Amino acid sequence: MGEFKVHRVRFFNYVPSAIRCVAYNNQSNRLAVSRTDGTVEIYNLSANYFQEKFFPGHESRATEALCWAEGQRLFSAGLNGEIIEYDLQALNIKYAMDAFGGPIWSMAASPSDSQLLVGCEDGSVKLFQITPDKIQFERNFDRQKSRILSLSWHPSGTHIAAGSIDYISVFDVKSGSAVHKMIVDRQYMGVSKRKCIVWGVAFLSDGTVISVDSAGKVQFWDSATGTLVKSHLIANADVQSIAVANQEDSFVVGTAEGTVFHFQLVPVTSNSSEKQWVRTKPFQHHTHDVRTVAHSPTSLISGGTDTHLVIRPLMEKVEVKNYDAALRKITFPHRRLISCSRKRHLLLFQFAHHLELWRLGSTVATGKNGDTLPLSKNADHLLYLKTKGPENIICSCISPCGSWIAYSTASRFFLYRLNYEHDNINLKRVSKMPAFLRSALQILFSEDSTKLFVASNQGALHIVQLSGGSFKHLHAFQPQSGTVEAMCLLAVSPDGNWLAASGTSAGVHVYNVKQLKVRIGFHACIPLCHVLPQVFEYSIPDKHYTDWSRTVQKHGFHHLWLQRDTPITHISFHPKRPMHILLHDAYMFCIIDKSLPLPNDKTLLYNPFPPTNESDVQRRTAHAFKISKIYKPLLFMDLLDERTLVAVERPLDDIIAQLPPPIKKKKFGT
Amino acid sequence: MASLEEEFTLSSAVLSAGSEGLLGVEQSSKTDQFLVTDNGRTVILYKVSDQKPLGSWSVKQGQIITCPAVCNFQTGEYIVVHDNKVLRIWNNEDVNLDKVFKATLSAEVYRILSVQGTEPLVLFKEGAVRGLEALLAEPQQKIETVISDEEVIKWTKFFIVFRHPVLIFITEKHGNYFAYVQMFNSRVLSKYTLLFGQDENSIIESFTASVDRKFISLMSLSTDGCIYETLIPIRPTDPEKNQSLVRSLLFKAVVSGNTRHGVGVTVLDQDHIAVLGSPLAASKECLSVWNIKFQTLQTSKELPQGTSGQLWYYGENLFMLHGRSLTVIPYKCEVSSLASALGKLKHSQDPGTHVVPHFVNWETPQECGLGAQNSEQSRRILRRRKIEVSLQPEVPPSKQLLSTIMKDSEKHIEVELRKFLAIKQTPDFHTVIGDTVTGLLERCKAEPSFYPRNCLMQLTQTHVLSYSLCPYLMEIALQKKDVQLLQLCLQHFPDIPELVTCACLKIFLSIADDSLQETDVNMESVFDCSNSVHDEKMEEQTGILQNGFNPVEDECNKCDQELNEEPQAKTKETTSCPVIPKRAALLNAILHSAYSETFLLPHLKDIPAQHITLFLKYLYFLYLKCSENATLTLPGIHPPTLNQIMDWICLLLDANFTVVVMMPEAKRLLINLYKLVKSQISVYSELNKIEVSFRELQKLNQEKNNRGLYSIEVLELF
Repeated sequence: MGEFKVHRVRFFNYVPSAIRCVAYNNQSNRLAVSRTDGTVEIYNLSANYFQEKFFPGHESRATEALCWAEGQRLFSAGLNGEIIEYDLQALNIKYAMDAFGGPIWSMAASPSDSQLLVGCEDGSVKLFQITPDKIQFERNFDRQKSRILSLSWHPSGTHIAAGSIDYISVFDVKSGSAVHKMIVDRQYMGVSKRKCIVWGVAFLSDGTVISVDSAGKVQFWDSATGTLVKSHLIANADVQSIAVANQEDSFVVGTAEGTVFHFQLVPVTSNSSEKQWVRTKPFQHHTHDVRTVAHSPTSLISGGTDTHLVIRPLMEKVEVKNYDAALRKITFPHRRLISCSRKRHLLLFQFAHHLELWRLGSTVATGKNGDTLPLSKNADHLLYLKTKGPENIICSCISPCGSWIAYSTASRFFLYRLNYEHDNINLKRVSKMPAFLRSALQILFSEDSTKLFVASNQGALHIVQLSGGSFKHLHAFQPQSGTVEAMCLLAVSPDGNWLAASGTSAGVHVYNVKQLKVRIGFHACIPLCHVLPQVFEYSIPDKHYTDWSRTVQKHGFHHLWLQRDTPITHISFHPKRPMHILLHDAYMFCIIDKSLPLPNDKTLLYNPFPPTNESDVQRRTAHAFKISKIYKPLLFMDLLDERTLVAVERPLDDIIAQLPPPIKKKKFGT
Repeated sequence: MASLEEEFTLSSAVLSAGSEGLLGVEQSSKTDQFLVTDNGRTVILYKVSDQKPLGSWSVKQGQIITCPAVCNFQTGEYIVVHDNKVLRIWNNEDVNLDKVFKATLSAEVYRILSVQGTEPLVLFKEGAVRGLEALLAEPQQKIETVISDEEVIKWTKFFIVFRHPVLIFITEKHGNYFAYVQMFNSRVLSKYTLLFGQDENSIIESFTASVDRKFISLMSLSTDGCIYETLIPIRPTDPEKNQSLVRSLLFKAVVSGNTRHGVGVTVLDQDHIAVLGSPLAASKECLSVWNIKFQTLQTSKELPQGTSGQLWYYGENLFMLHGRSLTVIPYKCEVSSLASALGKLKHSQDPGTHVVPHFVNWETPQECGLGAQNSEQSRRILRRRKIEVSLQPEVPPSKQLLSTIMKDSEKHIEVELRKFLAIKQTPDFHTVIGDTVTGLLERCKAEPSFYPRNCLMQLTQTHVLSYSLCPYLMEIALQKKDVQLLQLCLQHFPDIPELVTCACLKIFLSIADDSLQETDVNMESVFDCSNSVHDEKMEEQTGILQNGFNPVEDECNKCDQELNEEPQAKTKETTSCPVIPKRAALLNAILHSAYSETFLLPHLKDIPAQHITLFLKYLYFLYLKCSENATLTLPGIHPPTLNQIMDWICLLLDANFTVVVMMPEAKRLLINLYKLVKSQISVYSELNKIEVSFRELQKLNQEKNNRGLYSIEVLELF
């Protein structure tokens, strides 16, 4: 395969924002995750935990609650007092509706899925009816003294429990009046705290209300009598979240100390029908507050301030002990945050509210495997481009020639022209963007930087001709009638003739750019390699999968390759090396050399050590998959030229260093 | 031996049994519960062990139960027939029989038959048989007539033979008896004519049957008082043909033929039958149990109030109507032996025999332990027998060994033991070793002159003994001052109490050198110190420690120097071993033994002062030897570790500090120890300093790995 010079970049100072809410949808096995910057991500748990959809955040839109209703509809509510519904097809916000109760702290969909309940700052609990295209305010429940921080429906839908400050109220849904008020003990280990905040409640079908509060207690209440049944003191800090399994035989709570506790309903003695809740397993996968937890049928899901989404499978529920039973920790988005200009060795980093442009350094030295070469020129920070407005950047791209930068927020599209005069850079915004270019989900430049491809969130693909300092709208490929499926991946052929686009439903559309028509549309393709550990190759002129791809499918992949549990996030080719495919995920990258034989299950797929002698070279059968796990976590990797790679790493330690300090815990000997 | 136990009455008033007795007693699905149907309208469920009724059901006035209630074992429901044709099914929860399931059948039912494991069968008076399920599916179905006119069913029984239900019923027509065997699976009905043989004019009073592999053995009690047996094949040779069967006499004149009351017979088990009726001479009725094989009367019970001649036997209980009450007599038949038949011989222990203590070895499985107990019992018997019988060749070596211990000479025991150990791993090896040691020690206690030293040593080396198993072993070794055995014990026993360890230490320190020389002590923990006389002195070692650390000069240091001025010979003395190698080996065994400080300290105070100093000197010597090499270990195969040495120095000083301080000869030793500690502290403080520097180095190394924010590297993919 040969030697590469690798630009190992660690100056991408990206810190994911903290996870605020997670909501698990049992029907589609999808997980919605909202972050403190308002971003909402949707993970497909059945497809290797791939983050398949994403809604950009907004500065004023701090989500406090997230829930699925009516099957596949996703709602969020936040401190700006609005309830938002997301359009999962077009990947935009369907509507936002003010609840007129001040900041919203909690939200819950009724068991029948037809009603939505929000708890507001002013102590009101508001009931909304979910209509097919909107939600409609129905009525208020009895107003409470202070904010409603948590809500839970009784599975029958007749009562709700609402956690507030210092007490829990049980409402009758029919009358809207509070039936019981259960005062939570403020005392914490004998010391009276000022307030006891009920962070979470869960209403079980037998009438038990489980509450978690800021005094570190998990308490069981009898909602019929309004009495405390049992109390577990589990933490020295707040217990911030609770989620109950559908069968009501186990639940999970998350504490501010980063611990997640699993409670299970187990028989008092074996063979006895009497059961009680027992704290069974503690998990410490987080360093900071666990703000939210979810309980899928097979796993515990938790997220919090330390920005990791942790999916912990319950071993007793997992039938096959394979990689599905492994703990998943998802930290980085699966979408592309970095783009690269091959010609000028530039990297464009995308942050929530700004872009950074860096020029890579250079070296004249050479060395052998593993050497770090002395730099003749260090990397330069060229540009810091701040967005206007409160919206987060959705996507960004730099042209291969390095003279164009485009980015988009939810409502505006920006295109900049860069001029390089020696070491100075001149940035000029291209004004007067056409009205249809309002927002883009994906931006791509052609290889020769003369064309700009924009995938808008209405499903249309726009082609824009760039010349000099101006642009001209060439064509818009409209989506097939009736569909509003948004395109989230774009790829262009090196000669600029073909454009491939893929949407959320895993279909790939290929367009002929020259003749400006839809050439073909076929399904079940390239995006699958994100999800399944598969690679497909399609020959556009011949209109079928290439021979190599067929061989690969026939031969099958190496079992270790199929067992990989992280989705491939990027594929790249170099025009001068048509036989090579570069692909990478967060922990490894792989260059597939199509000219070499495929590995079978007996060959060693990954061997990090160089061959030591001649016999070793012979013994080690050369195969097509050249894998390296040196760089991790790997956010981006691309070929700058035939012999140069750029790898962008983001060490977790650097992220942790930028997080607020965790709650200090007394450890033995400190 | 078959026996009848004390009878008890189930009920007296509840039953409205007429003179003709009860309709039937049947088992229910729960053991110990029985359904009793009286001759009128009532079914009662009794729990026999509680002697009380659990439930009672009656049919309406005017109706009459015609067939005893049975239990459907598959569903737990009860079935009864009243007025010949009306079938009722109910369960425990039902109160009123009128409201339960009812099915009116098209023909009259003779009996419902139910046994465990199959569905109940309904036998109609005309001889037809139906399964209950099939019947309930269509209650009004046509029931065919099987038997001829005027033929009446007298008796019936239902068996399960090789999982196939088999029904037998006996009919009578004009004094002739016929047996019908219905294979319910194959639906084959075979008819047999029962021939009376010699006595033609007797009437059969009662039937009972048991089933063998191939035959149903039908027993009948005739009015002549004899019991006859008829063998009916289960699988008919030719079902079409009407076959005749001849009965054979089983018992003659069991009951008197001309009783006023009825007689009854029932089979209890293979060899026993119970017969109800008056014996020939007596006028009172009587229940008797007969052994068929030996033709003997096993037991009998008088029933003065008379019976109805009905007898039922279910699960060890005989039911009968005694007077007007239902009586239960439990029947037991324990396995009898000739010995018990001839006269009881008690296994009484003769008072002279010593009971060998039982112990449980947790390493061997529990069954093994039980087996050992049993064998022990037999061993005792054997031991008794040995008095008259000479050595038998087939006796296992372990038993032979144990018997040897009790009386033979030391030499002989040794030979036997060696033989046994050569065989070694028998399953009860642990127990036998335990028994042997206990036996030997018992004998030692009894005969002060008896001390099988070699045997005890061999046994100790088997690794299966522990202190708690034979506390007397070490006691006797201490008495005999057997240091070799004590050393072995210290090496092999995991659980020696501190008191005993300390007693050993006392002996090891006090025993005279010349008597030690004679013993054969295991020397592997002692290195050959004759070669390792080093001239290097402690003073020189402290001299090296100058780098960065200046020990504070104090009073003691001065006195050091004073002492240093003493002749070299004395310092040399400290570097040569203060004890002879054999004693050193013994002391090493002490050093290796496990202890707990709190328990050891009080005992250490009892050791005389000069011995303490000797031991301290030895420990100090060991320490010096240790510190000679870099790894801080002693040469040799199994030497004491530095930690053990230091711990024991501390222990000894803690226990005897005042004594040692007051002794002039210990002064020098104490000063040396003090210096030793001081030098240690300084060494460790130096090491601490080095550690800081090393940490810095490590940090540097880490920084090297952490390549900063940007680098260009070379990567080769293979």
